[in-house]
Formats: sequence, structure tokens, C-alpha cells
Amino acid sequence: MKNIRTIIASALLTAGVTVALASTARAADIKDQPLITPKLMTDALHAVMDSDRAVYTKNVVNRLANQEKVITATEHWQDDKSLPLPAQMFRMGAEMVAAKNKGFTYSLLSKWPINPQNAPKTEVEVAGLDFVAANEGTEPFYSEETLGGKKYFTAIYADVGVVTACVKCHNEHADTPKTDFKIGDVMGGVVIRVPLESL
Amino acid sequence: MKRKLVIWLTWSGVLWGAAGLCAVFFFQPKLQSAFIPGSTTRGHHQIENDCQVCHTPWMSVKTDACNQCHEEDLKKHRDTHPMSKFTDPRNADRLQTIAADECVTCHQEHRPEITHAMGVTQPDDFCIHCHQDVGTDRPTHAGLPFTGCNASGCHNYHDNTALYEAFIDKRKNDPANNRRQQVVTRAPRPEPKTPTVPGVFPEDTDPQVLHDWQASAHARAGVSCAECHQEGGDVAKPWIQRPGMDSCARCHEGPVKGFKTGLHGMRVAAGLSPMTPAQARIPMLASAAHSELTCNSCHAPHAYDTRKAAAESCQSCHDDTHTRAYAASPHAKLWAAEISGVGKPGTGVSCATCHLPRTSRFDENDEKIVSVEHNQNANLRPNDKMIRTVCLDCHGMPMVLDALADRALIDRNFDGPPSVHVESIDLILKRKALKAQSK
Repeated sequence: MKNIRTIIASALLTAGVTVALASTARAADIKDQPLITPKLMTDALHAVMDSDRAVYTKNVVNRLANQEKVITATEHWQDDKSLPLPAQMFRMGAEMVAAKNKGFTYSLLSKWPINPQNAPKTEVEVAGLDFVAANEGTEPFYSEETLGGKKYFTAIYADVGVVTACVKCHNEHADTPKTDFKIGDVMGGVVIRVPLESL
Repeated sequence: MKRKLVIWLTWSGVLWGAAGLCAVFFFQPKLQSAFIPGSTTRGHHQIENDCQVCHTPWMSVKTDACNQCHEEDLKKHRDTHPMSKFTDPRNADRLQTIAADECVTCHQEHRPEITHAMGVTQPDDFCIHCHQDVGTDRPTHAGLPFTGCNASGCHNYHDNTALYEAFIDKRKNDPANNRRQQVVTRAPRPEPKTPTVPGVFPEDTDPQVLHDWQASAHARAGVSCAECHQEGGDVAKPWIQRPGMDSCARCHEGPVKGFKTGLHGMRVAAGLSPMTPAQARIPMLASAAHSELTCNSCHAPHAYDTRKAAAESCQSCHDDTHTRAYAASPHAKLWAAEISGVGKPGTGVSCATCHLPRTSRFDENDEKIVSVEHNQNANLRPNDKMIRTVCLDCHGMPMVLDALADRALIDRNFDGPPSVHVESIDLILKRKALKAQSK
């Protein structure tokens, strides 16, 4: 009888330990499980980018340059000792991320770019920028494309002119192809790419 | 059986001999030159005998070989084509045409037959690969040959700090000479610490040495003999008769780092013996052929006279047309006036004024400081790098653009007006006129 109790106790203990170990192992591995879809990833990345961009545009540039007028924000900010423009801030971040090789890239493109190098180039970019402009930024555009022999998930989110600074600067820039932007207009798009195969 | 043994021994001997020979060549930097596949560029020939600065043991190019020497400089000059611009997959098609995400795509070494100015080994019209539509976007550029983008004095691939439209536009009407012609001056000389004594030194020290030291900035700053001649300035440590550059670097870290980055000191940085004028590819005085380049070559030990280092020292080795023309140049006259006390500080133009310029930067405490750039190449190639750091301190943009593009004028050491014209400003004005017409 005593033996049977010992066997049962041992079995329960073993089972308990096994379950505990298995759950620990599961907890350790879950971070590597493919639970996040490319779309969830790009949506999350865009939420961060868009929020940071809005904070810089409204609480730094617009407040200090346009409202309080204590400093200016200009394209040649290093020479002018001024603040970088919000679009430049965004691009600098994108270039820094690109240098880190973290497996995704992003860029700020427009159908009406100041620098022609930032015009849509791939078929997906063209379709996506048309799409977000047509629906006035209510919905992002998602697609897949193959670039340089590799497959990517590409998401395009509308980039809207949120303050006077965005609209005014683009309308007045010597290189702009469009001079009638208004606040609330879709001025371009944020393109985020995630590889769908190992790089 | 005996025959087999002989064959076996012979082969074994040949193989071991070959392996030994390879090892000798491999570990003896001076002998590695036997394997150099073609002449190295003017920027790298000083270190060509040490393959491993750039190559792996298997002779492929190290992934970080270029960056280890050039990264900081590229960042400082706001590289307009950094690699991170090309790694975006949207540029994959362009990379198929020209792999601009790799330095060696445009800068191949050991290929003298295809090497152009700035060590570029692509055909001169390489800009066309990405900017073929420039004529449409910018009508002023329609029909311009792509071979001229870099050669015209209008653009550079990496450094455009002084060559962008807004910068030139702002200065397009500047006169040839500024009203105030003065370069940035260094911090005031330190107040003498008292007492300024040399400290302990060997009894047989030449009195001239003491005299030179007494008149030097070192003496004024209270830097005694021990600071250089005894490790860490510790008088208990043994006397070092000939202190090396490490000793200078204890206090002058930035200048020593700059020196080692440029053509003068890159051999030392690579662990080779110091550069000598005999090893140079540009004309040097025969009398200086075998002088080794260290801090003390230009800054005479003990005297450390920065004025001598700024012109006289350069002229004691360099013997090219530009250097030979310096003595009679307007710049040299201003320098003579400054050192004689007639001209104000910063109004003279020595060799160093342009080639080892004083630059202001922020130190680790974010304080703005003025220091001397000791990398002689930092603002030299392409020479437009000099526009912001030096030329504009005294001259207007239109004259500077033309002068720097005028090889004959450079050879005459800027004695006279430029006879070459760079069209940048004309194109800016033309573009404005076209815009005004279209409105």
C-alpha cells in the first residue's frame, strides 16, 4: 500500500515537474514563434513612426517655429542653426534604421516629391500612393512585391499635412511640382517593407 | 622502394619549401609587395606593403576595410551618397546596374589603367545610372554631358557641403575679397604657470634645448621635461631619450589622430615605419628624401614653434610647382606680415591655413573649441572641400569656385585672377529666369 502511494506521489511529482518544465520551455520559445503577421508588424511600426512624427511636427517644430517663433525650421538646418524639418527628421531616422540592418526598411515617398528620387518607383509604390491619396488616408494599402529577386510585404500609409508648416513649405519650395496643398491633404505616403524570406 | 622514397622526399621537400616561402612572404610586410597585382592609388601606395590593412589572410577585401579609415571623414562631410541610401530594396534594380552599396564598386584598387581622379574606377559618366532624368526635372541641365557632373566643379559624389544650390545662391553676388579677411584664431595662449621650471633633466643636455623649451608654449603651459621624457610625466620612471608620438598623443590626441589618418601618418597608423619624402609620388626635395615623418618633423622638438610648422616645415620637403610658387604669392606676403607682427592674427595665409586648417568643433562637453586639422587630406581632395573650411573666410563664392577649378592658377599659388569659369551660378540664375518666365 505504502509502495502504491509512493509510486502515485512520484508520478504526480514527475508530471508536475514535466508540465512546469514544458511551460517554461514554451515561455522561452514563444518570443520566436511566428505570431505576428507582416501586416501587424507594419501597422505597429507605422503607429510608432506616425506618433513620433506628429509629436515632433506639432510639439517641437510648429510650437517653437510657427507659434512661439523662437527658432526656425529649415531645410539646411545645420548651416542655418535651425530645426530639421519634420520630413528630414523622418528620413534621417529611416537612414539610421537602414544602417542597422534590422530586416525592415521604410521611406517617405510622394507623387509630388521635392526630390525626384522620392517619387514612387515600383508598381506597388505607384498603386499604393494612388490608393491612399484617393481614399484620403482612411485606409492603408497592403501588397507583396519582388525586388532584387526577394519577396517583400509592402504596406503604404497616407502621410497627411497636419500643420501649416508642412503645407506652406511644400507649396513654396523651388523644387515642388505641386503648389496648392491644404491642411489635411494626403501629401505622400510612408512605405514600410518587411522581407517575406530570409535575406 | 628506394626510388619511391626519393620521389616522396622530393615532393615533401618541394611542398614544405613552398609553404615556408609563402609563410615568409605572408608574415614579412616588406616582402608582401611581391604579390601586389597592380600599382596602388596615390591614396594607398604608402601602405601597399602591408596587405592586411585592407585584405583578409585570403586576400579578399575586408568588409570594413574602407570604413576603418574613411567612415568618420565621410560623416563629417555629410556624405550625400551614404550606403544606407542604397540598401532600401526599392533600389535593388539600380544596384544591379551599379552596386553603389559597396565602396569597391567605384574605388577598385590596383587598377591604374582605369583609375581616374579621386581613385574612381567607374567611367566618368557614372551619375547617369540614377540621374538620367535630370534634364527633365531641371531644364537647365538638359543636354549637359554626364561626364561633366563631377569634372565641372559643380558636384561631388560624397562631399557637397559647399556645392548645393541654396548655399551657392546665397553667395552668388559676393565680391572676390571679403571686407574682413581673417581665419578663425585659436584659443588664447595659456597664461604661464608659476614657477615654470623644466624639472629634472640629464646633466649633458644641450643648453640650446633648454633655451628652445623656455621660449615654447610648453614652458608657458608649465609642461616640464618629465611630461614627455618620462612615462606619464612620472619623475620616478626611467628617462626616455627620444619620446615617440604616443607621448605627444597624451595631450594632443586629436592632432595625432588626424596626422595618422592623412597621407603623412597613415604608415604609422598601419604599424609600418614612418613615411619618408623618398616614398612620395609627388615632387620632394632630395635633401629631405630620408627624413621620417613624425610630429617632430614639422614641430621642431623643444621649440614646438607652430609658425615654423605652418609653412617653413612644409617647404623643407615639398618641391612641387604649387609649393615653389608660394614664396612669391599674395598669400605668402600676408603670412610674412602676420608673423612679423604687422598683420593681425589670422590674416596671414600659410600652407597650414589651407591644408591643415583651424576648424571649430564641439568637444565631449559640448563646448565649441578651435583645433588644427592634422589630416592634410581632410579638405584637399576634391579641393571643393576647402571652400567652407577655408576659402570663404576671405573670398567670395564666385571667385572661389573659379579659382579652385583653375589648375594653372593653383600651380601659380593663386597669384592672379582665375581664367577658368564654373557655371554653377549661371545655371542657378538661368533656372530662376526660367521659373519667372513660366509664372
